[in-house]
Amino acid sequence: MKLTALQQQSRRSNSFRGSSPLDSSMDGAIKSPVTIFWLVLHGLCCLISLVLGFRFSRLVFFLLFSNTSNTMTSTNLYSTSSFGNPSEPLAFQSTLGAVTSTSTSLPAMNFTTTAASGTSSSRVVVGRHGILIRPWPHPNPAEVMMAHRLIERVQREQRMQYGVKNPRAVIAITPTYVRTFQTLHLTGVMHSLMNVPYDLVWIVVEAGAVTNETASLLAKSGLTTIHVEYGKKMPILWEDRHKLEAKMRLHALRLVREKKLDGIVIFADDSNMHSMELFDEIQNVNQFGAVSVGILAHSGGDGEDETAVAQKEEEKNSGLPVQGPACNSSNHLVGWQTFNSATFMERSARYVGDRAIVLPRKMEWAGFVLNSRLVWRDAEDKPEWVRDLDEVAADEEDVESPLSFVKDASVVEPLGSCGRKVMIWWLRVEARADSKFPAGWVINPPLDVTVPAKRTPWPDAPPELPLPAGEKAVVLQEIAEKQATKTHSPRKRRSKRKHAIRTIDERVSTRHAGEN
Amino acid sequence: MFAAEIYMHRFLLSSPVRTLNPEEADWFYTPVYTTCDLTPNGLPLPFKSPRMMRSAIQLISSNWPYWNRTEGADHFFIVPHDFGACFHYQEEKAIERGILPLLQRATLVQTFGQRNHVCLKDGSITIPPYAPPQKMQAHLIPPNTPRSIFVYFRGLFYDVGNDPEGGYYARGARASVWENFKDNPLFDISTEHPTTYYEDMQRAIFCLCPLGWAPWSPRLVEAVIFGCIPVIIADDIVLPFADAIPWEEIGVFVAEKDVPKLDTILTSIPTEVILRKQRLLANPSMKQAMLFPQPPQSRDAFHQILNGLARKLPHDRSTFLKPGEKILNWTAGPVGDLKPW
Repeated sequence: MKLTALQQQSRRSNSFRGSSPLDSSMDGAIKSPVTIFWLVLHGLCCLISLVLGFRFSRLVFFLLFSNTSNTMTSTNLYSTSSFGNPSEPLAFQSTLGAVTSTSTSLPAMNFTTTAASGTSSSRVVVGRHGILIRPWPHPNPAEVMMAHRLIERVQREQRMQYGVKNPRAVIAITPTYVRTFQTLHLTGVMHSLMNVPYDLVWIVVEAGAVTNETASLLAKSGLTTIHVEYGKKMPILWEDRHKLEAKMRLHALRLVREKKLDGIVIFADDSNMHSMELFDEIQNVNQFGAVSVGILAHSGGDGEDETAVAQKEEEKNSGLPVQGPACNSSNHLVGWQTFNSATFMERSARYVGDRAIVLPRKMEWAGFVLNSRLVWRDAEDKPEWVRDLDEVAADEEDVESPLSFVKDASVVEPLGSCGRKVMIWWLRVEARADSKFPAGWVINPPLDVTVPAKRTPWPDAPPELPLPAGEKAVVLQEIAEKQATKTHSPRKRRSKRKHAIRTIDERVSTRHAGEN
Repeated sequence: MFAAEIYMHRFLLSSPVRTLNPEEADWFYTPVYTTCDLTPNGLPLPFKSPRMMRSAIQLISSNWPYWNRTEGADHFFIVPHDFGACFHYQEEKAIERGILPLLQRATLVQTFGQRNHVCLKDGSITIPPYAPPQKMQAHLIPPNTPRSIFVYFRGLFYDVGNDPEGGYYARGARASVWENFKDNPLFDISTEHPTTYYEDMQRAIFCLCPLGWAPWSPRLVEAVIFGCIPVIIADDIVLPFADAIPWEEIGVFVAEKDVPKLDTILTSIPTEVILRKQRLLANPSMKQAMLFPQPPQSRDAFHQILNGLARKLPHDRSTFLKPGEKILNWTAGPVGDLKPW
């Protein structure tokens, strides 16, 4: 531990020790030329050190007494100050302390201290060392790449050790269609999926026909995408839209069956928000799992009377806006938590682009994940509680949630610490029917509305406001007065200032002349 | 850092290896808290430590016969200060003083270790500096957090208060690290004191452990606990429990003169070697050996110290002196030390 005050004290005392024997010797009337010489030399060294900023007398001793090879003279390194002689700082300190000794004894002391430090033949030496700086202290790009590869490998190893063992592929199913906010939503899902560290297959089902807009968006992802179309166009009413989306998802599941895709199926709706932990958590699913979905129903609504309505809602709706599995204390699935949307019913949106909020259905598809083998035609170990895909599709007009696939809901595995952790959020936001967003999100033609800047960037220029001429003159006059009061400032500036005042006066006078 | 002396005392008080019968004892322990003399700021002052130690030895030698029996050869003392029993924080002064003459025959348990140095005598046991185990446990983060920092270091590069010219502190090695790598994005080095220091170490692959005024530092302990590969930049350092912990296999040693090439050295280590070092570091026994937990657990640092002492048994015949024989010079050392404390 270093103590600064003590250090300084010791240093000061060191120098005082140097000077006090001197005084005593001078009092003893031994004003020998040697002591005077040392006094003068000491003073000179002090002055030079003051100027240089470091104790240069050590440098002198180094140059005078260095007889050991300097270990730091390699050609491709330069050091700020290189002292290789271990004993000479010790020697110097001792000489400061005992000035009465003559100069001839110095080399002797030097040798004795060398001998003393010679017994402890460590490679490292006490005293000052140079600070080694290589001539080009900047990173080498090849080494930086090596380092990044190393980091990558270490992280991969970490994932293998502490993360999911034997990760399975993820199959994401997204129903979409071309509309104003498609770019917004699809970019969100795309970026989430691009960050998933596992193998991913993205099945995008588009209502209507396969369009270039969607295709160009998907091309930027670099993911394995299967872009298919679903014949019908997306209807306007939200209810019908929900139904069509369900059909689109079934269509995608048929695709999974045909291609025998293996992995975990997750329903990633394009306007939902997924957290990365979700993808880690669903790796734990065996056959059929459920996660909690947070319902963002307040957003997308009318902002005016929202606060009043919100309070009213909170009183009535004591449940959380979360849909998902509910467990008892022993972490077994006992039921489902749904969002009580009764209070919102009167004000819910009816058609896409409506100003009101969009409500979810009882259980959204997004809250369920299934093993893709459940939809395969003939898998060896298909459990008996799963219904066949075609059967479900043919059976019900509207498959509200994948729970229709299971005969008995108790086999569903609750994920995310039994539904307590919300890792996915459901949201439906579309552009209002009367909105005017630029087509393709490109502003074409460029805007031609310009607003003149009210302030110039230069602080001392007067503001270029379109004031009447009289006011401008007043402003200028104020400046002139301010400058006039400063005439008693230094001599060299007086002439310039007078010149300035004169010109302003001229200007003011001309303006006055102009006005009149 | 210096609290090992207190914790060792407490451990021995309640340990099963302690015996109250001096005739059957192999080792004698004298608790002297030499680092507890504090400045108003709370930093330890070693200036009075020699006198403290002398007075303590005088006390035990006059009250009990066991010191004079062996002149201290079967006694051990814990001296965790910067340069061990040289009792000074400045290396030049410490070397000048040398080890306290009265402790020449005793076994010293110290944190300082440098080969062929005056302040490390043969037969000393090097221990790690004390690091608070509960505090470190409280800052653990999940092990699957990806390690994204390549090299991490927080601490001084220049000690402007004590070494304004530069070149003395850390023998210029820390300053060299700063000057060469301050612009390098792979090196996360600075003098800040972040509150997330422990968490950051767990997100780093390499942690620099350069010397300071003395070659040892608690960074080594922290690096081992947090699974960060220690990069030891201290020539001729003797690492703690070198017989129990394979430092060559878990750490990277860089000579002080090679500091400008540190990035080349670190990036040229093969990936398998790095993964192996990380796997070895993840071994909980390694971490346990560096800690002084309360209450003591198996295979912790206390256990390792006792192991070290046990290895020196049985005492050979030179420990026991013939009656009347005296080896130690009680008046050796600077005059200031002879004053009773």
